[in-house]
Amino acid sequence: MGKFLHLFFSPLGLRRAIPQVWDGFQTNIKMMLIAEALVLVFALVVAIIRGLPGRTTFPLRAIAIAYTDFFRGTPLILVAYVFGLGLPALQLAVISNQSLVTYGVLSLTIVYTAYVTEVYRAGIESVHPSQRMAARSLGLTYAQTMRHVILPQAIRRVVPPLLNDFIGLQKDTAIITVIGVTDALAQAGFYSNDFFSYAGYMAAAFFFVILTIPFARFTDHLVKERERRERAQLV
Amino acid sequence: MSVADKGFVRLEGVTKRFDDLVVLRNVDLSVDLHQVVCLIGASGSGKSTLLRCINLLEPVDEGRIVVDGQTITNGAVDVNAIRRKIGIVFQAFNLFPHMTVMQNITLAPRKTRGLSKKEAEAGARELLARIGLEDKSNEYPDRLSGGQQQRVAIARALAMDPRLMLLDEITSALDPQLVAEVLNLVRGLTEVGMTMIIATHEMSFAREIADKVCFLDQGVILEEGPAQQIFTEPREQRTREFLARIIEAGRL
Repeated sequence: MGKFLHLFFSPLGLRRAIPQVWDGFQTNIKMMLIAEALVLVFALVVAIIRGLPGRTTFPLRAIAIAYTDFFRGTPLILVAYVFGLGLPALQLAVISNQSLVTYGVLSLTIVYTAYVTEVYRAGIESVHPSQRMAARSLGLTYAQTMRHVILPQAIRRVVPPLLNDFIGLQKDTAIITVIGVTDALAQAGFYSNDFFSYAGYMAAAFFFVILTIPFARFTDHLVKERERRERAQLV
Repeated sequence: MSVADKGFVRLEGVTKRFDDLVVLRNVDLSVDLHQVVCLIGASGSGKSTLLRCINLLEPVDEGRIVVDGQTITNGAVDVNAIRRKIGIVFQAFNLFPHMTVMQNITLAPRKTRGLSKKEAEAGARELLARIGLEDKSNEYPDRLSGGQQQRVAIARALAMDPRLMLLDEITSALDPQLVAEVLNLVRGLTEVGMTMIIATHEMSFAREIADKVCFLDQGVILEEGPAQQIFTEPREQRTREFLARIIEAGRL
């Protein structure tokens, strides 16, 4: 027991590890924020494409389906290797000269867009067909119906599952360490090698946890707030 | 009445199938401008489908529909432009739950008729006054009673200045004490000469306001005529049976 505490939680070790891991964790936060913003937009676009009506849009839909199927089934770590190590090896202009963080963000975005597309799609399909019918009967176009009637209802319904995927994304930023990004996990590794202590990993775990908890509470709050507003009498 | 007003809405040999099921069979119907036509008949007789075909919410399989001199079923028309001229109100209201009453009413005028927010809201306020719900403009639909929601749905359709209104059993989902407020609103529309096709189970209402009543049975208009004749001396056996059941249920 004493050994365990010493290896993982020694006060001196934690005190030294926390600033070092924090240095790396800022990279995790950066990757997470950029990837989440991109995923929110791209996934919505792919979800809309997947739901397009008509025979002429079939090729677009097929591409969207192939994309989601492929990247939902591929491990993130593999995608990270391919982009982070493979693209630089191609020695192409621009494509091969990006920072490792950029390749990390690219990997996260591509994989999580595939997940979140399905979340959006479930939300879109959960809106009753009579809503679409009512909107179209007023002369609104397909796009206007989507924009003003279907999506606002769909998106508000998918906030909780969306949050769930984003918590997954936040944690998975640690995977990007495998291509050499100096993130929290990398710093924790350096620390444990230097000091023979796992306090660095504990510090990293601590950072990841305290990041997700307020995130979860904030989203709960958003959902409640909106419900309250809709039910309350607005004057 | 001018020639153009005669047959303002015309259905000619309209047939509609859902897979193998024939929902409308070779239906002919003519509705003049300012006329009120009521469709009666059992559930599943094709009343709702007929209304949805006129609003192009359902494509017809055979025959054609002419509205205001324009054939709308040949696939070459601007569907959205047609729908803007034809208001439809549904049994289940179908208000947009994430929008206030005001937003529900002004959405389509703003997006499809290019009205500014101010213009659209001025029009909406007039309509809300007409339906007696001025004080509810900032409420969300789930704060309203069924009758109030249905009145808002009617106002939403009227905000497009339609030339034709289709009412699809608009009181069937309402508590009995809320039916009157909605029917009064429809009565008001007949007074301003709105052309309407109304699918309804409210027989006494149909009898009161309809210029013509059509009895639908298994996708066919089996009998049509002035309300007085249909309700007092129906020619067809099936019409008599249907009305007898209605009287039994105490609804006429």
